[in-house]
Amino acid sequence: MKLKKGVPLIDQHDQYGFWGGKFGGSFIPETLKKPVEDLTEEFKKLRKNKKFIKKRDYYFKNYIGSPTSFLKLENLSNHLGGAQIWAKVVSEANGGAHKIYNATVHALVCKAMGKKYIVGDTGAGYAGKMLSMAAKKFGLKCKIFMGAKDIKRQKPNCDAMKKNGAEIVPVYSGSQTLVDAVSECMRYWVSNCDNTHMCVGSTVGPNIFVKICGWSTAQISRELKAQLKSEFKKIPKKIKLINCVGGGSSAYGFWSEFIDFDKKQIELIGVEAGGPKKSKLHAAPLSRNAKIGILHGAASYVCQDNEGQINETESISAGLDYPGVSPIHCFLKDTKRARYTYATDEEALNAHVMVTKFENLNPSLEPSHAFAEAIKIAPKFSKDTIIIVNSCGDAQKDRDILKERLGKI
Amino acid sequence: MASLINEAFKKAKNANRPALLTYTVAGDNTKKKSLEILKSISAHADICELGFPHNTPIADGGQIQTSAYRAIKNGIKINDVFAIAKKFKLSKKTTPIILMGYYNMIYQYGENKFLKKCKNSKIDGLIVVDLPYPENRSFSKKCKRQTINFIQLVSPTTSSIRLKRIIKDSHDMIYYISMLSTTGGKLKVSSKKILENYFKIKNKNKSKNVVIGFGITEKTIKSLKKADGLVVGSAICKEISKSIKNRQNAVTNVTNVVKRLKNKIR
Repeated sequence: MKLKKGVPLIDQHDQYGFWGGKFGGSFIPETLKKPVEDLTEEFKKLRKNKKFIKKRDYYFKNYIGSPTSFLKLENLSNHLGGAQIWAKVVSEANGGAHKIYNATVHALVCKAMGKKYIVGDTGAGYAGKMLSMAAKKFGLKCKIFMGAKDIKRQKPNCDAMKKNGAEIVPVYSGSQTLVDAVSECMRYWVSNCDNTHMCVGSTVGPNIFVKICGWSTAQISRELKAQLKSEFKKIPKKIKLINCVGGGSSAYGFWSEFIDFDKKQIELIGVEAGGPKKSKLHAAPLSRNAKIGILHGAASYVCQDNEGQINETESISAGLDYPGVSPIHCFLKDTKRARYTYATDEEALNAHVMVTKFENLNPSLEPSHAFAEAIKIAPKFSKDTIIIVNSCGDAQKDRDILKERLGKI
Repeated sequence: MASLINEAFKKAKNANRPALLTYTVAGDNTKKKSLEILKSISAHADICELGFPHNTPIADGGQIQTSAYRAIKNGIKINDVFAIAKKFKLSKKTTPIILMGYYNMIYQYGENKFLKKCKNSKIDGLIVVDLPYPENRSFSKKCKRQTINFIQLVSPTTSSIRLKRIIKDSHDMIYYISMLSTTGGKLKVSSKKILENYFKIKNKNKSKNVVIGFGITEKTIKSLKKADGLVVGSAICKEISKSIKNRQNAVTNVTNVVKRLKNKIR
């Protein structure tokens, strides 16, 4: 299993859609074969279409607000000593998280295919909120599938979805979280694929959805590359790019331009949700050695039992609370290009507290997992090491959880 | 030697009716009960489909999901599914049994080990919901080598070029999904339209047995009786749920449903 250079990772799959011969694919019911093939063809054309690219760039700049800023966290770096800590503040994007890139592209694809309805899944509510925003912007009817447990714990994002005119469909089956929302969304698409476009909220699902999402979030690393050059004159010699990993869409977007670099120069570190310290449950298939399985149409490392039943997961962060992970992260793990670890709920909370104490930054619980790792390793290095954390979401949506856990408003 | 599946279709055809295929979930609501149900309904059903339940079933509607979750909660394991099938086959040697489920469970068990176990339990066929053509080619070949029918699914969205290839790659039986839906949806297409599509498939190769499934109930079954076979699943799972709720005997109730279904297509 080997990575190719000069080819975007999203395109390094074989004819059946597998990365490294075993991750990804399209394990879908027959009914979805045609809509998935149609979407694949359409996307293949669109990404080569100059007009479409121009449109995408226009909306990225004028609607999403690219580029998001790249700044040094002086106080945090000084406090910890050691490496410099920087943040790519993707939460500045319209709507407050990276999910807007994928949502905007899906809305544009939906329009190009002449479909009027768009459906999507959501965990933390960001993917849903952004899809509802994009749908409103482009005049599409929108339905969002969300686990009943997540609806309760991410109320601010639900309010936003409703305000944007989207219908939230609560999902009561299974653990009532993201995994069930994705299943239910796929079921809805099976029944309505003739007039409805489906957006998968992360780099998971059948091959084409991994590609579209990765292609969309890759904007983050294009910006970062330019910002690194202007800040440091050239790409520094020792960089660590730290990103939280649930499905893995923000991590892929943060890393995509840097995968071809030697890992001694640019290390990629993915941080999964380790769950509560005292719980056996987690959402960390990569770093806690889950076996390969098939979930939601793709083969990846999946938290499951030895019969192949999908395990319940547990995390304070709804956005990371998912038993599977993107096949491209499995590929990056097995080729050893990226390193994956996890942070517990408590570590993420502490990181959130520390970052907000020292900096004018309010990372949501998802990137707080990445900050936990940054805080852990920064003291081990000297200041010529540049640690960059993708602060990919804003904590406004987490206010109820933070209040409960920290007594903070 | 002709397969039991082929024989079952021939027998129904000789009686001038479609074959009746039932679907129940192994272990619903207990291992013992599901075997009893299976034995009892096989007096009226021509072919029995037995689901091995998965907890993330992306193509199943509410009724079958409920049955699957119930069976898993009551502790069903894949080896129990084989044990149920094996016991069933000991008393009903000529009734074909088809296992139906999701690929991850086969993948975790190991394809070869799974097929060996199928052979050992006298399973006649397999339906794998999320392993479509052409991804299923290697597995379906393995099935053929073990003389286990790999049953291909086709749907209203299947393009004609795909259809041709799938039929070519199919064994004795093809499963036509009546409409764009998960299992147990309300029939939203007219029977006339379903049969029109159905005959497009059937006429491509008349030697294949083509069945229709999804959304078939006591109300709708009669209108589709021109098909080679008809599958009823959700309506049966619903009856099990209802019987449990009303503290009634699920075996009797479900058997009565199947009996009525059969009478409608005679």
